[in-house]
Amino acid sequence: MSTMTINLKVWRQKNASTPGKLVDYRVEGVSEHMSFLEMFDHLNEQLMKKGEEPVEFDHDCREGICGSCNMVIDGQAHGPQKGTAACQLHMRHYKNEDTITVEPWRATAFPMIRDLVVDRSAFDRIQAAGGYISVNTGAAPDAHAVPVSKEDSDIAFDYAACIGCGACVAACPNASASLFTGAKVAQFARLPQGQVERERRVVRMVEQMEKEGFGDCSNYAECEAVCPMEISIQSIAEMRREYMKAIT
Amino acid sequence: MSTKSNLNIETSPLLESKVPQGPLGDKWSSHKNNVKLVNPNNKRKYKVIVVGTGLAGASAAASLAELGYNVDTFTILDSPRRAHSIAAQGGINAAKNYKNDGDSVYRLFYDTIKGGDYRAREANVYRLAEVSNAIIDQCVAQGVPFAREYGGLLDNRSFGGAQLSRTFYARGQTGQQLLLGAYSAMMKNVDHGNITMHNRQEMLELVVIDGKAKGIITRNLANGAIERHSADAVLLCTGGYGNVFYLSTNAKNCNVTAAWRCYKKGAMFANPSFTQIHPTCIPVSGDYQSKLTLMSESLRNDGRVWVPKKKGDNRKPSEIPDEERYYFLEERYPSFGNLVPRDVASRNAKDVCDKGHGVGASGLAVYLDFRDSIKRYGRDKISERYGNLFDMYEKITDENPYETPMRIFPAVHYTMGGLWVDYNLQTTVPGLYALGEANFSDHGANRLGASALMQGLADGYFVIPYTVGDYLANEKSAAVDTSHVEFEKAEQEAVKRIDKLLKSKGNKTVLDYHRELGKIMWDKVGMSRSEAGLNEAIRDIKALREDFWNNVFVPGEQSTCNKYLEYANRVSDFLELGELMARDALDRNESCGGHFREEYQTPEGEAQRDDVNYCHVSAWDFPGDPDSEPVRYKEPLEFENVKLTQRSYK
Ligand SMILES: Cc1cc2nc3c(=O)[nH]c(=O)nc-3n(C[C@H](O)[C@H](O)[C@H](O)COP(=O)(O)OP(=O)(O)OC[C@H]3O[C@@H](n4cnc5c(N)ncnc54)[C@H](O)[C@@H]3O)c2cc1C
Ligand code: SF4
Ligand code: FES
Repeated sequence: MSTMTINLKVWRQKNASTPGKLVDYRVEGVSEHMSFLEMFDHLNEQLMKKGEEPVEFDHDCREGICGSCNMVIDGQAHGPQKGTAACQLHMRHYKNEDTITVEPWRATAFPMIRDLVVDRSAFDRIQAAGGYISVNTGAAPDAHAVPVSKEDSDIAFDYAACIGCGACVAACPNASASLFTGAKVAQFARLPQGQVERERRVVRMVEQMEKEGFGDCSNYAECEAVCPMEISIQSIAEMRREYMKAIT
Repeated sequence: MSTKSNLNIETSPLLESKVPQGPLGDKWSSHKNNVKLVNPNNKRKYKVIVVGTGLAGASAAASLAELGYNVDTFTILDSPRRAHSIAAQGGINAAKNYKNDGDSVYRLFYDTIKGGDYRAREANVYRLAEVSNAIIDQCVAQGVPFAREYGGLLDNRSFGGAQLSRTFYARGQTGQQLLLGAYSAMMKNVDHGNITMHNRQEMLELVVIDGKAKGIITRNLANGAIERHSADAVLLCTGGYGNVFYLSTNAKNCNVTAAWRCYKKGAMFANPSFTQIHPTCIPVSGDYQSKLTLMSESLRNDGRVWVPKKKGDNRKPSEIPDEERYYFLEERYPSFGNLVPRDVASRNAKDVCDKGHGVGASGLAVYLDFRDSIKRYGRDKISERYGNLFDMYEKITDENPYETPMRIFPAVHYTMGGLWVDYNLQTTVPGLYALGEANFSDHGANRLGASALMQGLADGYFVIPYTVGDYLANEKSAAVDTSHVEFEKAEQEAVKRIDKLLKSKGNKTVLDYHRELGKIMWDKVGMSRSEAGLNEAIRDIKALREDFWNNVFVPGEQSTCNKYLEYANRVSDFLELGELMARDALDRNESCGGHFREEYQTPEGEAQRDDVNYCHVSAWDFPGDPDSEPVRYKEPLEFENVKLTQRSYK
């Protein structure tokens, strides 16, 4: 199996208070079957064999479902492949001697931790501001007590598929979290279980989003383009509609 | 119809199962009626630490906080929503009998006990089946979008080891949707101020005071700060340890560290060698590989497993006519066919590959073929059922499973072993509980598909809220002051280990050691085990562990985000656990479920149990230092309601 050499420019930054910069690396022996993160593992092995410090990046499932991985690859959140998180991007999409620039998510609401690792806890706080249905354990009726049309259930699922990665924020010129927040709002608005708290939920989540320092949505639609779960921008329209209904 | 094993040996008073008296069907309800209660006004005064926020931890944290307890949660990831549970694909079982196909609590119980090859506690498994229906109700009420039929009611599919359709699912993302449900329940309580989250915080030590669990020591993974946290009870929900094999379907950060540190503080470790090797994973393609990807068992509903009859046949699969294909599961197990349990499917795949029928470049793969289902149901139907799995397969392998069969091979997936717990989920350290994959409780020697999600949520939503209250009712509230000498000692242990790792600037990376350990484990403590191989494994792991502490390179410093330091710390624990797993496998001179000892098989090559000598749980006690021999105690298993038979899926 032939291998490639890849030239990387990687953002290195020790912590939030130290300035960072792009550093060049030459990674040899890259197989086309490697995932993008496996190429980083490989780089880190090479660095550590030389006694140097490895590049820090978040990852866990490596199956595109946990939302941990977050790399801006050549200016695109999660890289060039549509509907694909960085961990599911494979090196067969690159060729020998390609140069690739890799940077962290950049947004005021996502403070830097180290290298490519940032703090996305703002998303948890948005979720805590009503991104739930209040039902205590043990208090639920039989699952068949309320039928839900297949169509509603399927649409709710499409929104519920969001992995909370934050690519939508990283891609947005305003660093808006509208796609993320809209997806949760739209999921619950579709379901009979979500009706009781419908208005309170959207108002609180939208307010929290603003409080965290995320920008407004001006319909650039960059978020939809990079979203690994291909969450529809329709969710933002739904969130706006819900919000207007709630406050009027 | 009672079967009792030899009771004369090596039991420990600590291993009292605390299973309530009375008929099987009444045990849990009578127990619930008898547990002590904490006065609602006093609950606030009790603090409970929940380590891990997967299905088990998130559901426990939410349920306890709702009751009024003061809950602190910990996860090594940056958000509770990212726990490994998120990756579960196929589904969750429940005995709803919505399909009217004759399902019942008893049948779910029976299938699970039998599937586990009769190495689980009857009463625990029965309770699991009993609460399964309430889990589905709870999740639907939270807004979990399970698959539905056109009439608006919930759809079901079948999983291995069952002849009924009892598996609820949300496309191929069931774990994600269930975890987001539990996470939202947790976040509701964060919103109400009943839960304090500690994300990116790793538990490194358990603090035991006067024999009881009273707190933990953690490391903040963003800035290295070591912290002390005290509580009235500690719930360990830290998942499984399949990553001891290096390559597995587990998320990269899954580890044994929290459980292992508890073992070293007196929590016995039960059946450590019981590992599940899942039959349908994407095969290994090269050395650089960092993990294996599962292709959900649900695919065996519609996919047919085969290999070419001719050895070394390298024609394209589409060019091999039906009569030259060996549908080995259908032929060997006509009544369950492709839906035999995982251990059976895996062993058979290995068997046909060992005999030279394997496919793909390495010869270590079999086909999972959807041709016939696509013909029968159409491509759209198949895509609706498995679309995301087919896409994932294509992204990884660059092959289109709608057009050519998937290539699959067994991979490490789940660990049935874990911390020993009694009926109340309490470990041998009072005040320390273990939930979800971290305990050993319900799956015996083999777990059936779609029952881990069920167990994690059963433990967290419906069991622990009763049992932890029973314990706390007897405890004076008010957590211990963290300046207590035991906190100091535990902190020093954690700090010393980290210092030692950071000083190690040898010439091999952590990954080098992890890979080497994984190879030993896979070759000798994997799908098939022998006395000679296990002895070699024990010797090799000891040597590797010593080498690790002399030659590993750990980069960076303590006071920053440093993932290779975290990794080194976890691998150092795997290097101790691996040896215990080999010892456990060696000690169990029988085959059962996923534990297959070559010396003990039926003439047809199936697992041969020895119910006279091994109908027990093996619980290992830490000897005081990792290089001494641990002590093995037994909890005898008593079966009053099912008859132990040779499992047959023919
Ligand atoms: C790919 C895949 C598919 C699966 N599909 C299914 C399925 O379809 N049906 C089914 O029933 N089961 C399935 N399983 C099994 C099931 O997903 C797991 O067994 C289950 O989710 C485990 O849940 P848990 O809550 O016990 O642990 P986990 O979800 O693993 O959570 C562990 C938690 O502990 C935390 N943690 C770990 N160590 C520490 C520490 N030292 N300090 C602090 N926190 C720590 C982690 O951050 C995490 O929050 C699947 C498993 C895999 C790998
Ligand atoms: S909406 Fe898409 S891009 Fe944004 S967090 Fe969710 S999955 Fe990621
Ligand atoms: S690592 Fe989980 S989504 Fe990429």
